[in-house]
Amino acid sequence: MFLFADGAVAEIEKKIIEAFEVFDHECNKTVDVREIGSIVRSLGCFPTEAELHELLAKVEEEEPTGYINLEKFLPVMTKVLLDRSYQPIPEDVLLHAFEALDENKCGYITKEELVKYLTEEGEPFTQEEMEDMLSTALDPETNTVRYRDYISMMIVDET
Amino acid sequence: MGCNSSVAYRRSEKAIRAAILIQNWYRFTKARLETRRRYSLSIFQSIEYADEQDQLQLANFFTFMLDHCTHPDSVSHILTSPGVSQVVDEGLSLTEFENRIDVPDSYYGPRLSFPLTVEDANALLHAFRNEQLLHARYVLQLLCETRRVLKEMPNITHLSTSYSKEITVCGDLHGNLDDLLLIFYKNGLPSEQNPYVFNGDFVDRGKNSMEILIILFAFLLIYPNDLHLNRGNHEDYIMNLRYGFTKEVSKKYKDHGKLILCLLRDVFSWLPLATIIDSKVLILHGGISDTTDLDFLNALERSKLKSLMRPPKSVRDRQDQLKERIPTTRLSKHIANQNVAGKTQHISSSGSTESSGSNLPPDPALKEWKQILDILWSDPRSQNGCTPNKSRGGGCYFGPDVTAKLFERYNLKMLIRSHEFKPEGYEISHDGKVITIFSASNYYEEGSNRGAYIKLNPELIPRFVQYQVSKYTRRQNLQERVGTIESSALKSLREKIYAHRSELTSAFAQYDLNSTGRISVSDWAAAMESVLQLELPWRMLRAQLVQMTPNGEADYMSCFYDLKIGQPTKEVQPALVETLCRYRRDLEIIFNIIDKDHSGERIRIRSSSSQILQKEQRTIFKCEGFPPLPFELTSSCRNRSLATCTIRSTWMMPPMLFTSMSERNVRTRIASTKSCLYSGWGTWFSTDSTCTANLISHGVIWQV
Repeated sequence: MFLFADGAVAEIEKKIIEAFEVFDHECNKTVDVREIGSIVRSLGCFPTEAELHELLAKVEEEEPTGYINLEKFLPVMTKVLLDRSYQPIPEDVLLHAFEALDENKCGYITKEELVKYLTEEGEPFTQEEMEDMLSTALDPETNTVRYRDYISMMIVDET
Repeated sequence: MGCNSSVAYRRSEKAIRAAILIQNWYRFTKARLETRRRYSLSIFQSIEYADEQDQLQLANFFTFMLDHCTHPDSVSHILTSPGVSQVVDEGLSLTEFENRIDVPDSYYGPRLSFPLTVEDANALLHAFRNEQLLHARYVLQLLCETRRVLKEMPNITHLSTSYSKEITVCGDLHGNLDDLLLIFYKNGLPSEQNPYVFNGDFVDRGKNSMEILIILFAFLLIYPNDLHLNRGNHEDYIMNLRYGFTKEVSKKYKDHGKLILCLLRDVFSWLPLATIIDSKVLILHGGISDTTDLDFLNALERSKLKSLMRPPKSVRDRQDQLKERIPTTRLSKHIANQNVAGKTQHISSSGSTESSGSNLPPDPALKEWKQILDILWSDPRSQNGCTPNKSRGGGCYFGPDVTAKLFERYNLKMLIRSHEFKPEGYEISHDGKVITIFSASNYYEEGSNRGAYIKLNPELIPRFVQYQVSKYTRRQNLQERVGTIESSALKSLREKIYAHRSELTSAFAQYDLNSTGRISVSDWAAAMESVLQLELPWRMLRAQLVQMTPNGEADYMSCFYDLKIGQPTKEVQPALVETLCRYRRDLEIIFNIIDKDHSGERIRIRSSSSQILQKEQRTIFKCEGFPPLPFELTSSCRNRSLATCTIRSTWMMPPMLFTSMSERNVRTRIASTKSCLYSGWGTWFSTDSTCTANLISHGVIWQV
């Protein structure tokens, strides 16, 4: 068990408040419930959709208003960060995931295959999400996704 | 071939887990992109609002200076000249412009004939698409006619949706001609069957403010019952000095720019303040306050208020009766420190600081000013109540309760306003009662936002049409667009950081008692926020702004490394460069005001004596026509053919260089010895013995 100095907790809380305020348009300490996913992720966490729903249940009002208050969000999110929940996905793990979908180990996945997996399995993509990923990932000449290149490109953009 | 379909569709558990992982990771990257987009827009907006606040502080300073430190006659001379005033006041007719201003045969632009027709409008559109300029004579005639027509209109225009006409409402255009052309392309040109309301802020920031005004005014003259304009907070000559419109006009119309600007000042003040459709939909530029009185607004003389940046004279006079007088000699430094550096003063509250027990009756001019300020500057918020608008420094924030009360009082159904940037071009608030419509796409940067307009049908149901102008034939994908916006935003932010370098350095040093050069991220963020006064997510931006040490601390001086400033010379102190950088825009405004003939660039300096400069003689040069001297120019002579001119300033000065003109008006160039902020020019030595020197801007910084 780690013991955190008060300073560290205060710093974490400030980080959370900052991230919250980016989405708080009217500066009144509330955000639209649909933005919670973005806020949690902007703090470096990788929750699945299921995990997000769990988190939402903890921060929503008894009568859901469509808005989340900072007051409720802050302690819950602080605990998330202190517990290091929703760990990031390292680059190599991501690579293995793509490789798992690449049955023949040829270094690419066909568009059809990828679409099938991502829109039918796991926590399926919406049409919009799928199209958006393809717009960056797909090599239009071969109609395939060369995943190593795609990953490198996305990681570079991040830094 | 095989019918073993189950094989084809069986997915291993491993593959399913892989899919979840990829989906999760993808959603993370999207969220990250969205966050970057949001904070970039946040950066743009905070800097913009901080600028606007500074603008109001500067206006207060100006007002004080102009009222107290200048000869009454010279006040008007600063902003105009006898010849120009005459034109504006007496209202020259169209034929007089025709007689006075010649249009050469070589001019191939549109030649307007009054009264205007649709052909003229089409000619204008065609010309502006091809980046032609309308000749000054036609501009002046157009403005004259526009003023004549506007004078007949009441402060609040009343419209009705009759037959099956839809009314189109557009918001801020801010000089983006492409957006106006796109709107006309999508929605058709204005006509009796296609009425439009343009809700203010036609000018400033974009580079085609003049063209937009010309088009709108032309259609106003052709279809006065179907093209309606509301005044925005940027239809104000003092705002224009800062936000680019004045400069645009001066550059495009070198000979007649001044006359055009003077006439425009009048035209702006004649623009109606609001429009009401079917007595149910109120359209005005900013918003409302809890004291908004539509009847009062309808009755006042709107043309008296040429600019909202200065409270009316009677109000200023009264304020000064209550304030201490400040001795003129120490004026500039005192006021500069007090107003230019301060940020918390609120423009309209300064009018109400009469709390020191004055028994003077309420000033009607003050009420008029405040009423108009409120409708042109206020913003809606979701909290109830009406509070002073801190980000703008004028107008207020009004809540749903304020809206509800106004609606009840005047039996209204909807408020359409503009004034605020919206990423989607529009936004609905106060439970559907308030609509913000913003028509300048890519306002901050290519890809930053869409523009939109409203189509209002006879049942007064609004329909929104969005668009975005793009200079790329291939649309950038979201990643690219966010990248563009982000780098642009960070560039602006870094400029601001540089402008506050010494303040930041001392703020950092306060946390770094052992002078290690490192402080915690928390301290770094606190220092940034307190010095720059911008509410931004500093911890999120940290990686882009400052380098980290291996043990997780901020190497605070590294936030100044990236910025490319030219080599400073030993004579020019870094603090000076920083000060000038910070106040550059303010100085531009002051300079624009001093620059009487709007030539872009010259102030005349006459010597107080016309003696031939002798060896070691010192002659004081005075600046003509602008009594509170921000500087004095001295000269001394080494030998008969050489004189050194140095400017010593008691206040900040814009970058300048000068040459000297000989008696025969031959410009003799002088040598340079010191380099400056913006270009490589240096100190100028006069090789001539005459006493006239022209100071030309954009060049040298003088040692102070």
